[in-house]
Amino acid sequence: MNQCFQIQVNGESRESRAGTTVADLLRDLDIKPDRVAVEVNLEIVDKGVFAQRSLQEGDRIEIISFIGGGR
Amino acid sequence: MELNDRLVIAGREFKSRLWVGTGKYKDFVETKKAIEASGADVVTVAVRRVNITDRSKENLLDYLDPKKYTILPNTAGCYTVEDAVRYARLGRAAGVSDLVKLEVIGNEKTLFPDTAGLIEAAKILIKEGFVVLPYTNDDPIVAQKLVDIGCPAVMPLAAPIGSGLGIRNPYNLKIILETVKVPIIVDAGVGTASDAALAMELGADAVLMNTAIAGAKNPIMMAEAMKYAVDAGRLAFKAGRIPRKLYATASSPIEGML
Repeated sequence: MNQCFQIQVNGESRESRAGTTVADLLRDLDIKPDRVAVEVNLEIVDKGVFAQRSLQEGDRIEIISFIGGGR
Repeated sequence: MELNDRLVIAGREFKSRLWVGTGKYKDFVETKKAIEASGADVVTVAVRRVNITDRSKENLLDYLDPKKYTILPNTAGCYTVEDAVRYARLGRAAGVSDLVKLEVIGNEKTLFPDTAGLIEAAKILIKEGFVVLPYTNDDPIVAQKLVDIGCPAVMPLAAPIGSGLGIRNPYNLKIILETVKVPIIVDAGVGTASDAALAMELGADAVLMNTAIAGAKNPIMMAEAMKYAVDAGRLAFKAGRIPRKLYATASSPIEGML
């Protein structure tokens, strides 16, 4: 069951295990979920389902946040 | 200052008519101090990847309380409709509101907007419930089209982003201000306080700037200068300036002269 596979997070390869959710990934990366948006394979994952959405082999995940910018 | 002179866009009320960007500052402390000095209650932010390798980096929102400021995500750096729509959706998912400052850039050197792409992206986002504030050219026809498709405000440029050239085409801006019946926020190109005052004197509802403050030798002092300039310009606009005349008109009476 403890099967490992590769995913892409913000363009970088990373190992993940079967059953890992978006919420798990954010915790592993030490990222607070309240100020980010997460996209899996170009689809935005609703904040409310971070703990339900599990990751699959080859998933391309983007974690974004706000930075200084403007004009 | 008239305290009830509030800016209202899509049912949201804003205290300040100076809106500021959060880029190009030395650090977050300077960002926070400059924004406080400017009195702005709307701040624009960019949507970018989180640095996952160096988690020690602080978050901008640790310095800007979203309860105190309206955080306005932009789609800066997007050159296609698809990218702009994607960034807008991500910004909404990361934030708390449906507001987006929509930019579809047409050229790297000028950073002028691709207005055809802008209208297309705006249509898609408005259908999805976004409140779209579009960064556009100083073109009255495009500005009206953006309103016709449902933008509750329009943000025409004064000059290229970061150029500091000031209001390059006050006559076009004046036409936009007279013909387009939504709040007009002059966005981009301001170099110094007099440029902001001029935009407001022309009748702009607000001014958005970043580089003019962040790039100044003393950003915090410049932020304060911009606050006064926007207030002064607004008051002068409301007070109604005298007409320009070619010849002198004496202020002192002739009567009673020796």
